[in-house]
Amino acid sequence: MAGLQQVGLGHYLVVSAILLVLGVFGIFLNRKNVIIILMSIELILLSVNLNLVAFSASLGDMVGQVFAMFVLTVAAAEASIGLAILVVYFRNRGSIQVEDVNLMKG
Amino acid sequence: MAIFPTICFYVFSVLLLASAAMVVSARNPVHSVLFLIVAFFNAAALFLIAGAEFLALILVIVYVGAVAVLFLFVVMMLDVDFTQLRSGFQRYLPVGTAIGVLLLAELVFVMAGWQFHPSVPRLRFAPATTGVTNTVALGRLIYTDYILLFQAAGLVLLVAMIGAIVLTLRDRRRSRHQLIRMQTARDPKETLELVEAGLGVGVKTLGIYRPEVTEPGGIDDDPLAAGQEAGVHHAPEAH
Repeated sequence: MAGLQQVGLGHYLVVSAILLVLGVFGIFLNRKNVIIILMSIELILLSVNLNLVAFSASLGDMVGQVFAMFVLTVAAAEASIGLAILVVYFRNRGSIQVEDVNLMKG
Repeated sequence: MAIFPTICFYVFSVLLLASAAMVVSARNPVHSVLFLIVAFFNAAALFLIAGAEFLALILVIVYVGAVAVLFLFVVMMLDVDFTQLRSGFQRYLPVGTAIGVLLLAELVFVMAGWQFHPSVPRLRFAPATTGVTNTVALGRLIYTDYILLFQAAGLVLLVAMIGAIVLTLRDRRRSRHQLIRMQTARDPKETLELVEAGLGVGVKTLGIYRPEVTEPGGIDDDPLAAGQEAGVHHAPEAH
């Protein structure tokens, strides 16, 4: 906790905000590549975790870290399911382009 | 000395943001994954500076050890033409930049005009106890007050594991399976033959030494598996 008091909560929040923006930017930039989109989602969740940990340390409340741990769990589950869907999709279509995902368009 | 954590913070956060920028802009997805690993390491260092040692090590173990390696595995396994996937890069750059700048401006506005409420220190759920390590404090919390959420997190991981296995499991039919339906549908008339053998006549001379028995449910001609395999193999050609 001492380290955060010296660095300051605001610095953490700025880093976390820039990381979130980079993640959103990555989703827009790599519209065709699902793997990079999944990695961008990981970056966004990482920034959320950074925010939770920074507030937890700043306020001296452990619940923020508990919550960050649950966010980590859900992010790991999301990554595994997303990559499994990606593998199955590639096996069926031979491509992972997002623009090809139009099977349900009716 | 207050200057040392600050210098560490700046070094790690600059590295974190630079590697995050490389993740979204790298030409090769393998490099993206490797930069993602660097980003996770630096984020773990930031967690350490904030005093969350347990989460920092969990981040390294779970993300670098499992998730990033999973990403690397999938990138290597899928034989994808990645130059084609980057064809819209220049086209999406302006709108992506515009939305990124907009989002960053909003976040800056929020941060500029925001402060803690005076009653915040009284509203803490679990004030951090002094004198114990971060891991002990976290353990005391998640095994008592948050035990149900902890179990639910385990359930989420279990469901994710089962889901991933169910999604990617492919029955190759390489081995000889036991087909229960073929076994129970066996008719004695098909397999059993009663032969009137005369006295002194061997079975061999009658020509029924070993009656021809069709393999029940051959390895390749199982209709269900054949349909699946055909569907898998013909789909890419259709497009």
